[in-house]
Amino acid sequence: MSRVGRNINVSFERLRHLGHRQDRPRRIASDAGTCPKCDSHYSADEMRRNMRVCPACGHHFAVTARERLSQLGEPGGFTELWPDLRAADPLQFTDLKPYVERIRDAESSTGMGEAIVCAELEIRHVPCVAAIMDFSFMGGSMGAVVGEKFARACEYAAQKGVPFVVLSSSGGARMQEGTLALMQMAKTVIALDALADARVPVIVILAHPTTGGVWASFASLGDVTYAEPGALIAFSGPRVIEETTREVLPSDFGRAERQLANGQVDAVVDRRELAARIGRVLAILAPPPGQAAQTGGSLQWAQDAAGGVGRAAQSFPEAARKAINKILPSGGDDTEGGE
Amino acid sequence: MSKPDGPGFVRRVTGKLSRTVEPQVDEDLWASIQLARHAERPYTLDYINRICSDFEEMHGDRLFGDDPAMVAGFGRFNGRPVAIVGQQKGRDTNERTYRNFGMASPEGYRKSMRVMEIANRLGIPVITLIDTPGAFPGASAEERGQGGAISRSMQLMWRLDVPVIAVVIGEGSSGGALGLGIADKVLMLENSTYSVISPEGASAILWRDASQAKQAAQAFKPTAANCYRWGVADAVVPEPAGGAHTDYDQAAEILGQYLERTLVELEGLTPAERRTARRDRFRRLGPLRDPENGMAMVSGRDTPPPG
Repeated sequence: MSRVGRNINVSFERLRHLGHRQDRPRRIASDAGTCPKCDSHYSADEMRRNMRVCPACGHHFAVTARERLSQLGEPGGFTELWPDLRAADPLQFTDLKPYVERIRDAESSTGMGEAIVCAELEIRHVPCVAAIMDFSFMGGSMGAVVGEKFARACEYAAQKGVPFVVLSSSGGARMQEGTLALMQMAKTVIALDALADARVPVIVILAHPTTGGVWASFASLGDVTYAEPGALIAFSGPRVIEETTREVLPSDFGRAERQLANGQVDAVVDRRELAARIGRVLAILAPPPGQAAQTGGSLQWAQDAAGGVGRAAQSFPEAARKAINKILPSGGDDTEGGE
Repeated sequence: MSKPDGPGFVRRVTGKLSRTVEPQVDEDLWASIQLARHAERPYTLDYINRICSDFEEMHGDRLFGDDPAMVAGFGRFNGRPVAIVGQQKGRDTNERTYRNFGMASPEGYRKSMRVMEIANRLGIPVITLIDTPGAFPGASAEERGQGGAISRSMQLMWRLDVPVIAVVIGEGSSGGALGLGIADKVLMLENSTYSVISPEGASAILWRDASQAKQAAQAFKPTAANCYRWGVADAVVPEPAGGAHTDYDQAAEILGQYLERTLVELEGLTPAERRTARRDRFRRLGPLRDPENGMAMVSGRDTPPPG
């Protein structure tokens, strides 16, 4: 009534519509969505076609890892890598529920085996390896399987000499695997260096939310880092900060737009433009397939470290010569054929 | 609970591993976890001042400021130069506030990285002393890239050519601890803990009730002996009878002996050998079920830590 009272000019049609909306049952088909920001209601099909972004206000809904892959990849699809790895329960962990039960529930409710899907695919015709996290599987938390699949994906991309695309959406380390989950941070950070050795770029897309041990490990180490609008990106979540420090945080604390202003990401990219944006940057940064394997080498820490201090002395002239060759006009005498 | 006494205590800690599987609260485990953050426990500078001669502390990250929660510098250890970094807790209320309870900000990690880079260039081994409830959870720290500071610290430590040893001396909680934890060898003091989160934090998140810390600790069992069994720690350093706080000098002397032994071992390897082993060490951690390779990747050990 008060809504009507304030707006005298409201038409009868509009009134009827308001009444209808309020009477309408709130329960919706599981796949459809009501936007939490603007209250618009969409059918499952509309949501899928619009990449689960609210057409009215641009709110980004959660997306499963498999749907992500079909959003990013070519119609030809993708090849999933190591889909059969499953979590163990090293601590025989039980909080309010045993860990094994939580895993079983997550498997049956999501139809996934773990919180990350790794795949080989083409994004805008650029072949790459992708590691896509899925928040719906135990909050996208990183345990041994996520760490292992991520590390294998890095090594695989390095071996193939193709770019590595990471999409993070995770609350952080998986509590139920305790200290061993923490160690996955180390594993993933170290594995990323295989890509540095292979001289292929790492693109990180930060989806809502990327927090805790995932933000404090591989998610903050991308060569190019994009964030989806509104994504929470933080090491400590707002609740923890408010409880610990009694600070009053702004409503946009840690959100993608603010983290862009803080210098933590390269751009905030609408999901509907994401594939094109990744494709564009990969076309600039990613060498044609095969070339990476030939030019890689001087950054290979593990091999060159044998030389200790000598490493710098040996690799510098070579690197410099290559750089000079690139600058020199083509057709000059300084081809790389003599190497 | 009987009073812990000498090296035998290590064995008793490991002896109770089989019991921790049972759901009831293990008071010994809780007591050990309390010792890790005992108010009188020796902190980073207490150890540095005892194991090092001529410690030269460095300040500032050259980007934003100096973080008193992180100590970093160079000293002489048994005649050789070493770089030492570690979180520093405070003893009284004023000092605790000054040291921010050992919770480092991005500046702290960047200061420590600055020191480690110098050490690497000059061929000086790096020792880290871990003692923190976690990295500082504050809006200012987030704005300056707390996540990136920790990940880059890990990345740098993995890349170091010089020997790196990490020692958990008290409380090693969350990414804030692991930010100093990428090393050739990870040592843990007998009553230290290494955990994904503090028992109180876990209790609030998983039990939705901050008073369940004891039960959370029971579920995580993040003791030195368990970490050794999981492969997270490479050695357990014994503490004086009753805990490190009963005798700082003895605690530092034992730690010094372990550090010396470990350094000599690492100095016998080439940088490439150390880095390969360092990578493989962390690559193995984390058991899982892999149908292609039998069932599990086992990273743990069956034997108790050598007493």
